[in-house]
Amino acid sequence: MSADGGWPDSIFEVLQRFEVRQVAYVPDAGHTRLIERAHAAPGMTAVVLTTEEEGVALAAGAWLGGQRSVLLMQSSGVGNCVNMLSLIGLCRIPLLALVTMRGEWGEFNPWQIPMGQATPGALELAGVRVMRAERPEEAAEVVQAAAVIAYEAGAAAAVLLSQRLIGAKVFMK
Amino acid sequence: MTVFDRRAAVARLLEGRQDLLVVSGLGSPTYDVAAAGDHPRNFYLWGAMGGAAMVGLGLALAQPRVPVLVVTGDGELLMGLGGLATIAAQNPSNLAVAVLDNERYGETGGQKSHTAYRTNLAAVARGCGLDDSRDIASADDLRSFAERIHRLGESSAVGVIKVSQHESPRVLPARDGGFLKDRLMKSLKLVSS
Repeated sequence: MSADGGWPDSIFEVLQRFEVRQVAYVPDAGHTRLIERAHAAPGMTAVVLTTEEEGVALAAGAWLGGQRSVLLMQSSGVGNCVNMLSLIGLCRIPLLALVTMRGEWGEFNPWQIPMGQATPGALELAGVRVMRAERPEEAAEVVQAAAVIAYEAGAAAAVLLSQRLIGAKVFMK
Repeated sequence: MTVFDRRAAVARLLEGRQDLLVVSGLGSPTYDVAAAGDHPRNFYLWGAMGGAAMVGLGLALAQPRVPVLVVTGDGELLMGLGGLATIAAQNPSNLAVAVLDNERYGETGGQKSHTAYRTNLAAVARGCGLDDSRDIASADDLRSFAERIHRLGESSAVGVIKVSQHESPRVLPARDGGFLKDRLMKSLKLVSS
């Protein structure tokens, strides 16, 4: 696996292995490749959302109907999900969220920092287990561990994909 | 424009149900669906405001051969208005959303909702790309929408039903989300009983 974008493909392979059928997302640059793979994959439905909490409710419906889903978002979207996560906890519905981090490693945009800082705490307060991938070569392994917690243990798990892993966004003036 | 009794309208929609799956939005729609008769294929929301239509979408995508009806209110739908655009992008032919629009936040003291001012939810849904979005203005409209929701159509459908602000006695179904989930999944033979 190459370090220049190979990790999204390795995550995609994990999702395929776990028979994930609905891939809900609010776009993020860090998820570009994974979103493209989901759209192109037969047997997967890619669902573009207007806001992240839609994906939490969608995950509940998908599970009720017998399908596994995954929610792709950026850390700024985690705060949008908080009340909707009550649905997941109360109904004991699995949730797997893959969160690309902003506001941590080399962030240039101050508006990203508050929610980036609050992301792990907000998820934990809402009952979601938080795991973290720092390096490209561990991304698939961490997602797989989270997928087991979600789909097999029936819990809610989020993998934070660190900004160092994704690469800090650079805006050239 | 007919203003319907909400209980009668919901009972009419669910009449003769066979394999239909029903998701109800919190507050009165949950009581209305329960009042029409408890059913293993009812999934009642007691919270998660703004999420009913999206739970319906996830379910409809997962069970493309089974009709799914979301019964919700104007306030609940307004909180998740973007979900109409998300549904339109997928447009599953087995999903319908019935909005019981009393123009009020009934659960919290009857404050006016946006539909009491200038918002028309069927027009919003059409604008999102849900072409089959109807203002249910007569008994005939209600009958035709009721016929639509029990079968697979050409696209997703939305029906906005203006209902009276009169409050009916509450009919409280089960509140245990785990129980409701298991019961629905058993009815789809997804878990053993």
